[in-house]
Amino acid sequence: MSENQIKNLEAEFEAKISRDEKIEPKDWMPEKYRQTHIRQISQHAHSEIVGMLPEGNWITRAPSLRRKVALLAKVQDEAGHGLYLYSACETLGISRDELYEQLHTGKAKYSSIFNYPTLTWADMGAIGWLVDGAAIINQVPLCNTSYGPYARAMVRVCKEESFHQRQGFEIMMKLAQGTPEQKEMAQDALNRWWWPSLMMLGPTDDASVHTEQSMKWKLKRKTNDELRQQFIDQTVPQADLIGLTIPDFDLKWNEERGHYDFGPINWDEFWQVVKGHGPCNKERLAARKGAWERGEWVRDAAMAYAEKQADRKEKQVV
Amino acid sequence: MNKNLYNYILGVADNSLILGQRLGELCGHGPSLETDIALTNISLDLLGQVRGYYQYAAKILGGNASEDTIAFIRKERDYKNVLLVEQPNTDFAYVIARQFLFDVYHVLFLDQLQHSRDLTLSAIAKKSLKEALYHKRFSSDWIKRLGDGTDESHSRIQNAMNDLWVFTNELFQLTEADKEMLNEGIGVDVTQLKADYYNQLNDVLNEATIEIPEVKFFQKGGKEGVHTEHMGYILAEMQYMQRAYPNMEW
Repeated sequence: MSENQIKNLEAEFEAKISRDEKIEPKDWMPEKYRQTHIRQISQHAHSEIVGMLPEGNWITRAPSLRRKVALLAKVQDEAGHGLYLYSACETLGISRDELYEQLHTGKAKYSSIFNYPTLTWADMGAIGWLVDGAAIINQVPLCNTSYGPYARAMVRVCKEESFHQRQGFEIMMKLAQGTPEQKEMAQDALNRWWWPSLMMLGPTDDASVHTEQSMKWKLKRKTNDELRQQFIDQTVPQADLIGLTIPDFDLKWNEERGHYDFGPINWDEFWQVVKGHGPCNKERLAARKGAWERGEWVRDAAMAYAEKQADRKEKQVV
Repeated sequence: MNKNLYNYILGVADNSLILGQRLGELCGHGPSLETDIALTNISLDLLGQVRGYYQYAAKILGGNASEDTIAFIRKERDYKNVLLVEQPNTDFAYVIARQFLFDVYHVLFLDQLQHSRDLTLSAIAKKSLKEALYHKRFSSDWIKRLGDGTDESHSRIQNAMNDLWVFTNELFQLTEADKEMLNEGIGVDVTQLKADYYNQLNDVLNEATIEIPEVKFFQKGGKEGVHTEHMGYILAEMQYMQRAYPNMEW
């Protein structure tokens, strides 16, 4: 392809994005667009399946049948999200096995929040309320992102996430209205999950390396700091409503800005966890790798059986 | 209170509870996303059935009884599930073998229970039967894949089948509550399901090239509340919250 031809394709591609038209798998796209999307969509898919682990940790101990069923269904939804996100990612010319490989070798990242432990039942509430709440804020704009398969997957993901968030809030509300022990459990969970949830919205704008390009491709519509502010503004009144205290002494409504001011985030902790030294990084990765390795003979058997069946069919036809 | 009916319901529902709990342990750890989702689905179906049964049992018991007091605060000896369903998730072959050995029974059982004179049990059975048929299809398909897949999968599923076969006979034992409920036209005569059960097992195992295990002595006791050593740990985990924080709402 001549340089001119490539320039024309690029121009057409940029024009499509600026007209808010979707880029589809068979359309021409710049290599960097493809790679950035593989990175982001797979990171999202990995977060869904690693995210199954901290909540999966409480399925067998859920305090009532209703909660057990709801939690199972929620974790199953996450598996489903992983499935459609991996499929969306595969349309960019990479296989699911390759994506797993990247996760297992540490080449691909997943949301750092899942490297924190779930220590009490209230953590199921806190994760739904805060972590899914922050995820929604991150994800709703993606329903309009430029890459068609990702945008369509996100429509479904967001619907389910918002249900999860309400479910999490409801767990917290019930605890906050319960016995002193239950309320203490809820407050403790909020204390432990609040700051990691704020970090989940990504590094501050000046430290974020991908923001500018991602805004251009509509892979991002607001900056990390804007999203974080939106999350805080939305969550503080919810905590007030159920009588829990946000663990931030500097938190204060700023009339002039029309937003809450908040205290400094410990970014050292954030980078420490991102780089693999959080409380559960090793366990989470080991669990995923272990499941994959233990499942190898099962996947091999399914393949071998399918081949045998195909052979038999062929022979019958002959 | 109709104690026989109450015990009968628990005898039916406890199987689904303990198997649902076992499957719940696997959520997030399956050999592929698809099987993970499918096993969680089965767990969800079983626990959904349990809620129907226990809500009914709680009504019979009266007072402060609820589905949760029945599920979570009984003593081990009061759980009436068969030994098969409490066996551990040793590997995927054991999970599938356990599921298959239960599903074939479950379909036959529900197919009869739907004709119960007790309208609540009949309604739960009708709804559950549709689910159990799907479970049976899933587990039978996997029995074939593993049996007729690779050498490794064949030997693993054969081992699992050999180990779990000893727990099958218990499914067809009549308890006192069974006999009473049978007389009243409410319960199912499980002894009548046995021939059909082993025939169906034979058919699937033959197709899967798995040998029928030769077992002279079967294990039993679950229906009378005498469980394997696994049961205590299942309950320790499952009952943890209700025991540590009694009398609270969640």
